[in-house]
Amino acid sequence: MAETIEATKHSSDHPAVGHVLPFRVLAAVWLGLLVLTVITVVVAGFDIGNFNLGVAMAIATVKASLVLLYFMHMRYDRPMNAIVFVSALLFVALFVYIALLDTHAYAPDLIPGYAPELTR
Amino acid sequence: MAEAHAEHRAHHFETAEQQFESGKLGMWIFLATEILLFGGLFCAYAVYRSTHPEVFMYAHRYLDKTLGAINTAVLICSSFTMAWAVRCAQLGRRKALVRLLAATIVLAACFLGIKYVEYHHKWKEGLLWGKRFHATLEVPAGAAPAPPAVAPTTAPAASSGERSSIPAAAIGPRGLAVPGRPSVAEGEEGPPKNVQVFFAVYFLMTGLHGIHVIAGMIVLSLMLLRARRGEFGPSYFTPVDLAGLYWHLVDLIWIYLFPLLYLIH
Repeated sequence: MAETIEATKHSSDHPAVGHVLPFRVLAAVWLGLLVLTVITVVVAGFDIGNFNLGVAMAIATVKASLVLLYFMHMRYDRPMNAIVFVSALLFVALFVYIALLDTHAYAPDLIPGYAPELTR
Repeated sequence: MAEAHAEHRAHHFETAEQQFESGKLGMWIFLATEILLFGGLFCAYAVYRSTHPEVFMYAHRYLDKTLGAINTAVLICSSFTMAWAVRCAQLGRRKALVRLLAATIVLAACFLGIKYVEYHHKWKEGLLWGKRFHATLEVPAGAAPAPPAVAPTTAPAASSGERSSIPAAAIGPRGLAVPGRPSVAEGEEGPPKNVQVFFAVYFLMTGLHGIHVIAGMIVLSLMLLRARRGEFGPSYFTPVDLAGLYWHLVDLIWIYLFPLLYLIH
């Protein structure tokens, strides 16, 4: 394929800045993402209790990492970009965690009938 | 090297690389703020799902899993064509760049089309938010309610007669909780209360995501016009690259929305 030949030779129209991903890597990531989507749908069909949410989130995180590292070039980028982005993710995690901590710090039946499933 | 790119380089940058990296850093900071914007909605989702697990278990059945999965695949394909388009821009393949940008826009339109079908169905059935909710809910097939998906961390012991995890004060009012009063869902077969909460969360999250898809289509259309004029090549492709980063973020958020809304078990 002309695609792969061109990628290997350092031709004059190679960009001065940035990183060019080989087509093979792009295609592999694409297929990987589609396969993981099928897996997450199939796994959701089985009842594995509380693990369902954990498994779904783990697969989603693998997919998100693939998109970030390859499609978004983060793996080949300057680390500063990753630091900016990952710190935003950490702050969202902190936000959700503290909000959940706070929510569950109150008696769930403070408002009668508000959270029926938790007061059973 | 820097001389060759002088036509694209603003005077306040030393080199083309410095300009490229500055643009990228700016885009990543913008993407970080986007994560914080969606973070608020993910937080609302987490809080409501932890206090109302039965609502999420019940209501997600009204979402079309197949259409959701197809839309996930469509968005992943659009991310692939976008990443490929950036590669073509970097290598100066103008024709392929134009075609791939067009393909990305078409796939984005497919996503919105499928989303329209889903929204239309919910609108017709009255599966809406707040007071607009007017659907006739069916009684869940399984008589025994399924266990909550998210284990409440500080749930009070259900067996004890005291229904609050906070011990009663020796003196003074006992608070709003009336001991002995049955909770609304207790001993009651049928749909749980407050199903509209799920649809409020659903419409807010997918709606904000949909707005981002529309914004992405506008940005990509501008890129398409500029690519057709032959503005991009190995020496200058930053706008395509940055538009690509934005488009991948839209895909990234949907990757989480799909299992959280459609695949609840």
